[in-house]
Amino acid sequence: MSQPTVKEVLLNPIFNNNPIGLQILGICSALAVTSNLKTAVVMSIALTLVTAFSSMFISMIRSQIPGSIRMIVQMVIIASLVIVVDQVLRAYAFSLAKQLSVFVGLIITNCIVMGRAEAFAMQNPPILSFMDGIGNGLGYSAMLLTLGVIRELFGAGKLFGFEILSLAKDGGWYVPNGMLLLPPSAFFLIGLIIWALRTWKTEQVEAPAFKMAPQVINKEAY
Amino acid sequence: MEHYISLFVRSIFIENMALSFFLGMCTFIAISKKVETAIGLGIAVIVVQTITVPANNLIYTWLLRDGALAWAGMPEVDLSFLGLLSYIGVIAAIVQILEMLLDKYVPSLYNALGVFLPLITVNCAIMAGSLFMVERDYNLAESTVYGIGSGASWALAIALLAGIREKLKYSDVPEGLQGLGITFITIGLMSLGFMSFSGVQL
Repeated sequence: MSQPTVKEVLLNPIFNNNPIGLQILGICSALAVTSNLKTAVVMSIALTLVTAFSSMFISMIRSQIPGSIRMIVQMVIIASLVIVVDQVLRAYAFSLAKQLSVFVGLIITNCIVMGRAEAFAMQNPPILSFMDGIGNGLGYSAMLLTLGVIRELFGAGKLFGFEILSLAKDGGWYVPNGMLLLPPSAFFLIGLIIWALRTWKTEQVEAPAFKMAPQVINKEAY
Repeated sequence: MEHYISLFVRSIFIENMALSFFLGMCTFIAISKKVETAIGLGIAVIVVQTITVPANNLIYTWLLRDGALAWAGMPEVDLSFLGLLSYIGVIAAIVQILEMLLDKYVPSLYNALGVFLPLITVNCAIMAGSLFMVERDYNLAESTVYGIGSGASWALAIALLAGIREKLKYSDVPEGLQGLGITFITIGLMSLGFMSFSGVQL
């Protein structure tokens, strides 16, 4: 197996191998924190840092970890990093930490962190693993920020809490689409983004699980 | 009693783990291709959730919370920053114990759930159950009810989604939406349906 380059591991996850769009990892938090851009940004930064550093530390001790307890070792490293992030957020941005509520803690169980530790950091040297963590964090951030911008801009007419589109209730022209702030719209948007991504990068399209055979009468098709 | 029933109903329908808090999405999407496996995983989640939420509640009240160590003569100690680490430890340990117990005493159930049990450790819904319990300050009885309810909510959602996806196989989906894309849109529609419960008050 040829060694991947730093540039590859950094840039590939953003479009070609997006953790959310293709690997189905870490969707849980992606949806819940994106109803406004501020929480989305904080969450992206937190996750990118945790992924990068956990990959690096795990990669550093990868030859010392016995195979049978590697999950627990990884868990402990990730959980410690998340506690650091959580405490920093509580100390410097308390209201934001309250808004993110349980989702900072849930970085521990975020599959991206665990997935990268298991799939990449266990086989690769620390620097490369660090870059891979950053890359996957950026892929996750790209998705989160897109969702955050769309949802806050069209759902509330604001970005970062500043008014961009003047709202109809204050005499402006834009009637906000409150639906976008509710959970279902996040699912629709992510579905549509995946559609767009796959139309652009056609090699990501999944083969259909079942194809209707051509030229059969209706009764036989079932 | 009414309080508990109301909590139970609320945690299943109004605050559905999967559809209104987006928790446990990774497994939710990956394991929902078949109804049987989905129900198996759902049951495993209910069981684990019912045990872990009250267990973590005990740990939080007696060990971690501000002033909780008063019974040991250390009333000024606040260990709540260790919360995340201990909850995930408890969850991992309980899943492991459950796996061994089932393997020993109920092999048929173990064979049915076997593959899913390890997956549950990294299921965000389980961890979130414990974190919500801490955030909302539930007592032991409330957290037991909440554990059952939130587990059931997730199981209900995954069983429903698997049912829809089994039928969806036969439909003609545009190319780029095939697989993951259409699944998200389906979940979106389900979540929209569950939103109609949001006004229900008992």
